[in-house]
Amino acid sequence: MTGRTQDFRLPKGGVIDRSRSIRFRFNGQWMGGYSGDTLASALLANGVHLVGRSMKYHRPRGIMAAGAEDPGALVQRGLHDEPARTDPDWRATQTALVDGLEVATIGAWPSLERDMGAAMGLASRVMGAGFYYKIMHGSRWMWEHVQEPLIRRAAGFGDCPDEPDPDVYDHRHVHCEVLVVGAGPAGLAAAVAAARSGARVILAEQDERFGGNLLGRRRAIDGQDGVDWAAAMEARLRASPDVRLLPRTTVVGYYDTNYLVALERVTDHLGLGPAAPGRPRQRLWHIRAKRVVLATGAHERPLVFGDNDRPGIMLAGAAQTYLRRWAVLPGRDVVLFTNNDRAYEAALDLHAAGATVRAIVDSREAPGAAMPAAARAAGIRVMTGCVVGGTSGTRRVTGASIMKRSTHGRAVPYALDALPCDLLLVSGGLSPVVHLFSQSGGKLRYDPDRVAFVPDRSAQALGNAGACNGTFDLAGCLSEGAAAGAEAVRLAGFDPGAARTSFAVDEPDASAVAPLWWARPAEGHEHAWGQPFVDFQNDTTAHDIRQAVREGFESVEHVKRYTLTGFGTDQGKTANINAIGILAEALGRPIPEVGTTTFRPPYTPVTFAAMAGRDRGEYLDPARLTAIHDRHVALGAMFEDVGQWKRPWYYPRPGETMHQAVARECRAAREAVGVLDASTLGKIDIQGPDAAEFLNRVYTNAWSKLEIGRVRYGVMCREDGMVFDDGTTARIDDTRYLMTTTTGNAAAVLDHLEDYLQTEWPDLRVRLTSVTEQWATVSIAGPKAGILMGRLASGQDLSPAAFPFMTWRPAIVAGLHARVFRISFTGELQYEINVPWHQGGALWDAVMCAGVGLGITPYGTETMHVLRAEKGFIIVGQETDGTQTPLDLGMDWIVSKKKPDFIGQRSLTRPDTARADRKQLVGLLPKNKRLVFPEGSQIVETGASRRPPPVPMLGFVTSAYWSPALDSGFALALVAGGRGRIGDTVAVALPSGEQAAVICDPVMLDREGARRDGHAA
Amino acid sequence: MLLIECPWCGSREEPEFHYGGQAHVARPADPSALSDADWAAYVFLRDNPKGVFAERWCHSAGCRRWFNVLRDTVSHRVLAVYRMGETPPEAPR
Repeated sequence: MTGRTQDFRLPKGGVIDRSRSIRFRFNGQWMGGYSGDTLASALLANGVHLVGRSMKYHRPRGIMAAGAEDPGALVQRGLHDEPARTDPDWRATQTALVDGLEVATIGAWPSLERDMGAAMGLASRVMGAGFYYKIMHGSRWMWEHVQEPLIRRAAGFGDCPDEPDPDVYDHRHVHCEVLVVGAGPAGLAAAVAAARSGARVILAEQDERFGGNLLGRRRAIDGQDGVDWAAAMEARLRASPDVRLLPRTTVVGYYDTNYLVALERVTDHLGLGPAAPGRPRQRLWHIRAKRVVLATGAHERPLVFGDNDRPGIMLAGAAQTYLRRWAVLPGRDVVLFTNNDRAYEAALDLHAAGATVRAIVDSREAPGAAMPAAARAAGIRVMTGCVVGGTSGTRRVTGASIMKRSTHGRAVPYALDALPCDLLLVSGGLSPVVHLFSQSGGKLRYDPDRVAFVPDRSAQALGNAGACNGTFDLAGCLSEGAAAGAEAVRLAGFDPGAARTSFAVDEPDASAVAPLWWARPAEGHEHAWGQPFVDFQNDTTAHDIRQAVREGFESVEHVKRYTLTGFGTDQGKTANINAIGILAEALGRPIPEVGTTTFRPPYTPVTFAAMAGRDRGEYLDPARLTAIHDRHVALGAMFEDVGQWKRPWYYPRPGETMHQAVARECRAAREAVGVLDASTLGKIDIQGPDAAEFLNRVYTNAWSKLEIGRVRYGVMCREDGMVFDDGTTARIDDTRYLMTTTTGNAAAVLDHLEDYLQTEWPDLRVRLTSVTEQWATVSIAGPKAGILMGRLASGQDLSPAAFPFMTWRPAIVAGLHARVFRISFTGELQYEINVPWHQGGALWDAVMCAGVGLGITPYGTETMHVLRAEKGFIIVGQETDGTQTPLDLGMDWIVSKKKPDFIGQRSLTRPDTARADRKQLVGLLPKNKRLVFPEGSQIVETGASRRPPPVPMLGFVTSAYWSPALDSGFALALVAGGRGRIGDTVAVALPSGEQAAVICDPVMLDREGARRDGHAA
Repeated sequence: MLLIECPWCGSREEPEFHYGGQAHVARPADPSALSDADWAAYVFLRDNPKGVFAERWCHSAGCRRWFNVLRDTVSHRVLAVYRMGETPPEAPR
């Protein structure tokens, strides 16, 4: 095994465990690191800067930051070792180094070093702002065959696993009084101030280690080293009751009423696969907090100048962090380009660590006092009023061209000096991490002194502390954090005790900063010094933003979308503020007028697996099973989902197709006897002295005179007059009714009825109870159903003559106490036998046993649909889509003309609902009897009445089946003015061509209704 | 996600509830007496204010009771909760 040695690791220092060596592979090459490293720090220790290629131009990109804000160093993890667990888009800066880790560059082909896609970079002048939008305006053929395949190949980050994820992901829901987000100095101070007060405190930190910037700077607090101070605070919190510490946990979303979502990487840092059996890989926390303290810190901004994206160009603070936290020297030949004093410390630290600092290039004529003086004292050249105009190098920066700024602030277009370097540090000032504050609804304000957007008005119960609040000095962070923690506890109703808010910190004044949005070359030389990137992930340049303005875009939200600035995983971390500054200059407006774009969750990407948690596969949605389900399984039924119910669809015999099985089931029901599990129909027990009046108001027909023991069919509308549900309701006794609803609509009907009872008619004395799962229902139908019923209920006369249609009665069926209903959805003699749910299986067995010799045949929903359609019975949701009145469906007979009012009545006489040319329910018989039209097929005129294209649609097919009884395909359809067109020929437009069909009455079988009493025609 | 104070059950999370649109839109006592336009206004037209809005919610996964909520449609803050039939309280500042 060959590999790299850690040539850039300093011999001592860093918050790493040198006793624990780690070996990992990057693009197939073995390298070494230490426990405590991130992938990024380990790569840099091995001298690797080139990590990826950019999405659009495939330019070489390196490691720019040391945290969540890094836009380019995305890698794919475990592609070969653990293909089912592989993850695209791991941020190298946030990936804990683990032994055997296998990572690879994404988006480069054939290799990172020699990427063919880089040719795209040559075409950058024609791929500017709005490229993806503009390309769609060309020819459709070009788009489908050339452009889209090219873009799809070039775009995207990484490979998705092809196999199901074998890991477990968890969700937890918790409440707390105080949630502190971020465990840097401000967050630690806040959590310590909030702890031990009795309040429940949660401290969430995205890093595996607490301390934030203290880990990357040389600081002392009260005389104690910053790293040690952070460890001491952590130990103190760990020993406090009611405090929950969540390292490796990123708060990704801040929603209404202090509801926050956080992603905990539970075992990712232990490696993929069986490293942690029994533990979830990730856990999504749902936190409801009384008070939130945001201590999310700040991101350093890059600077915008020519070819500012080469590997080896790094944020100044990030380089400092690599040096101090991981003892890594990111380069030996250093140039710093800054617009602020704070970044000087990075140059000083690198100088002290042995690097050669060639120069500090400061865009300001007059920087602050202390930091430049310290730099000069260390022998570092400080060039004020200068910028880096361009850079050299391909896979690593090799030099920087320094230019003087003219009095207009633009770079004089010739190089004052060309400095060799392998590390170009940049700092454009600090941007408070206001993402969560902004997501919470808080408003931002532009602070010109700090050159940053800072929190202004809060919309929720929160406080901001430290750098995310624009307080960048350590002493300020600590005192603001402690005060915010104590305040949160107090506002949550607890006593924080005497909070300490003053800390002794020795830190030089480094607050001076002046805006520099773009080191823009002079007029006419703007393209001469390379590409000035603003968004490094989406390859948006300053030219793109100015071009968007030239093309008429003004709103920051529009420019963002047109140029893709801040898209992807960046979400405004490094790109947005520079983009806003450049936009403001282009528009000639002040920054506060331009404003910011919306910061949207998630702050960093969340895997779909974590969002799904355990709600996968069979746990995604509950499956509702009837009491007879195991019988259907034993019979080999195919099932269909109706709402959450599993209903038998058809019962194929060995070797039978669905078509053959359904035809056999249909014939059995028409010629012998079929049996259906109808338990899933919604059932509502309605009780109370005003029950009849209530039914009068919710159904379209009259209910006052329904006698005990009788059953009636009813249609329910909404107030707009459109059919909402249908079903039968039986009168059980004086004040009690049993309503049935369609299977899928049961819950919605109960909601609808309860709404009216509680809010419109609270005076009605009526109570509703769902009894769907209290009654199992076995329905038998067919000419031999009477014989079967006789066998099941011996000694009781349930013959059609003695037991009239649309009545019910209690009976002993197969020895069980049952309610038997004589209703029919098939047109055949039909009995629906209801028994207590747990006896459903016994009833089914008894029915099947008693049916031996009668040709008893179980049938499923498909056959039920055919049988009812032959009779012209509608199914709500099949013949209706919420735009049909009962009159459209030919149900004038069920709409009372006498009742003063019912839900939807008034709407039936609105001009639109009374139109004669509304689509009406009809039957449709294809001229070619073999045809079964696809549901949804469009119906148009044919022959002389056909208008030239665009041909208007007359209507559409709602249901279509093969009917063994008719020996023909047939359909139900909604056709404009259809009832007046019985006998007309129309065309049904199919992909294979038009087919003629004749409009007919929707009732196609047994119009006289003889069969329902057992008199087969 | 909203936290809603059910008048019967106390504070519960939004998924337990079900939204019912604008409150205090009484169903006309005699719909047949209304003009087409007035009836259509009752059925189809609702306010959509920016700011305080009185709306109906049902604790459908809890006690199943309907009640009224004053909510700020800008901040999504629930300002007050009151029972069906009660007059809306003053929106707190």
